[in-house]
Amino acid sequence: MKHLRKLGAYLFLLLIGYVFLFPLLFMIMSSFKPEQVIFADLYSIRAILPVGDLTLDNYRQVFEKSDVLLYFRNSILITSATVILGLFVNSLLAFTLSRMRWSGRKYILAAVVALMIIPIEAIVVPLLLLVSKLPTIGWEQGGFVLMGSWLNSLEVQILPFVANSFFIFLFYQFFRDIPKDFDEAAELDGATPFQIYRHIIVPMSGPVFATVAILHFLLMWNQYIWPIMAVQGEDARPVMPGIQIFFGRQTSWGEIMAYASFVTLPVLAVFLAFQKKFVSSLAGAGIKG
Amino acid sequence: MNANTSVNSSDTLTVSSGRPSEPQRPPRKRYVFLMSAPALLGLFMFLVLPFLMALGMSFTDQRLLSPNATEWVGLRNYDRLLNISWLVQEPVSDAAGNLKQTADGELVYPRLRSVLRNDPEYKDFKEYTHWSFDNKRVVLLAKDPSFIQSIINTLLFVILVVPIQCGTALGLALLINQKLRGIFLFRTVFFSPVVTSIVVVSIVWSFLYHKDLGLFNHYLSAMSFGLIGPVDWLGDPDWAMPSIVLMSAWQAAGVQMLIFLAGLQGISGDLYEAAELDGAGPWGKFVNVTLPGLKNTTIFVVISTTIQAFGLFTQVDVMTRGGPQGSTSTVMYHAVTKGFREQDIAYGSAISVIFFLAILAIALLQKRFFDKREDA
Repeated sequence: MKHLRKLGAYLFLLLIGYVFLFPLLFMIMSSFKPEQVIFADLYSIRAILPVGDLTLDNYRQVFEKSDVLLYFRNSILITSATVILGLFVNSLLAFTLSRMRWSGRKYILAAVVALMIIPIEAIVVPLLLLVSKLPTIGWEQGGFVLMGSWLNSLEVQILPFVANSFFIFLFYQFFRDIPKDFDEAAELDGATPFQIYRHIIVPMSGPVFATVAILHFLLMWNQYIWPIMAVQGEDARPVMPGIQIFFGRQTSWGEIMAYASFVTLPVLAVFLAFQKKFVSSLAGAGIKG
Repeated sequence: MNANTSVNSSDTLTVSSGRPSEPQRPPRKRYVFLMSAPALLGLFMFLVLPFLMALGMSFTDQRLLSPNATEWVGLRNYDRLLNISWLVQEPVSDAAGNLKQTADGELVYPRLRSVLRNDPEYKDFKEYTHWSFDNKRVVLLAKDPSFIQSIINTLLFVILVVPIQCGTALGLALLINQKLRGIFLFRTVFFSPVVTSIVVVSIVWSFLYHKDLGLFNHYLSAMSFGLIGPVDWLGDPDWAMPSIVLMSAWQAAGVQMLIFLAGLQGISGDLYEAAELDGAGPWGKFVNVTLPGLKNTTIFVVISTTIQAFGLFTQVDVMTRGGPQGSTSTVMYHAVTKGFREQDIAYGSAISVIFFLAILAIALLQKRFFDKREDA
């Protein structure tokens, strides 16, 4: 009886697991199959198995028809720059909020918490006007000059997303719970606040840095609404608008699946490598937020 | 600079009396300033300022690129967005007083367009929808009917996706909270759609929803022995939004599942033992221990899912572009269409402001609702 129940539980889990895994597996497997094979395999279990004549043709076609490598490079640059700057900037503010006393601290903290409710969607339209008026600093004929606007650049996709109230709050909560004895001792020894941050707080805060890095990475790699507005040209286009445009041209499904697999690869790799960390950080972030 | 110097001297004063080694240290205030400025500047520049700009510009006729100077227009944008009216039309009758009818026996009404054009009260209005009562026809009018439709579509999405997504998430959390070998593998599997971009998910599901080739129609036909014909999931105005709901719930439920799981694991085992001693079965334990124990988790999950659902944009942009017949246009989709694609920044800003106020109101309402339930 007990074994039977266990078997039932596993069968049910497998069924639900199939529902959740199918589209992803189907996407990856189809990217290696010629068009006819995709359709021939579609209605059987073969749809999610690497069987038959597997080929890299779809990928070759994608690389030929779309500048996907450029978009991929752009996304890597945008994501890594934002995440690295963000870890630094957000944790620094959180440090002053959680471990230093200064007038106005309470108000700033309340403001940061209140800002968490403004979704990105609510500000993209005015932000577009704002960045269209911001000049970039360029180098021309031996001197710095102000030119153009921020539109169609990499920085327009990086700088607005570095500071993030939710991540500041996650850092704040973690720092707040570290015992104060350490900093007090260091302060007596003449350590500056930055030294305390650098040599005491940061080394003790690995988990929260990992959590924020993962969440920020996911957020940035999947950016869509902002780049389709702020980046019209190809030079600074990231992967998600890239695949949407490719999809809009309605080429073959095999090629679309190859494109989709290619741009999903980095997140999938990070996800599988840091699977446990990934899951626990998201759950933890949810609970505390 | 002056303030800094004075702080500096007082700092040195206190310090020099007690700790001889510190006079060279820059004042703490400067550290606070330097360490907090980058993030505060970022938040101000790219969150607070745009938000204030939206508020201000919503009362102007600002465009993205325009040769004309921007002018204040008062509440005109809000009036265009939210003004609703209605009128009742009597059927047309001939000289003898008989009602005119078309060849298929339908009553004839005065042409709405000319009625609206000739009446100054209805000048800027367009038809949103109409109903018939007896012989009369009631016409609902709006200045921007597609915005009203977008609001209704967005509400429909929220009302459908929040319970489905949260319910699925709770179900999954209960499943993976079982003590079974290898259960973490399933946790990873259920979570995997979350890390996949919603753009990619929308594209893959477009294929699954395909009318002729898609899997949904294949299974539907197989399970009904061919009785149910193919449904044009994304091409039928009645099915497009529910199709997007199903996909969205599937994609995002993993996040809420993890939050529920953490909530489940936070419930003390003693409570379950006590319930068992009182003779509670699995269902009794679920209702009397699990659900109350998840109260705070549920509040958080429902509010955050609702806020997220209101921002629906990407799925619509990739899968249906607001169609068919505007059935999947959402508030955000309308804002981007107007503010960006038609470059009417002021109008898009007004939509953003309404969008934000709606989110704020609903978050506060839900919080109150849950708080009341606790008191009761």
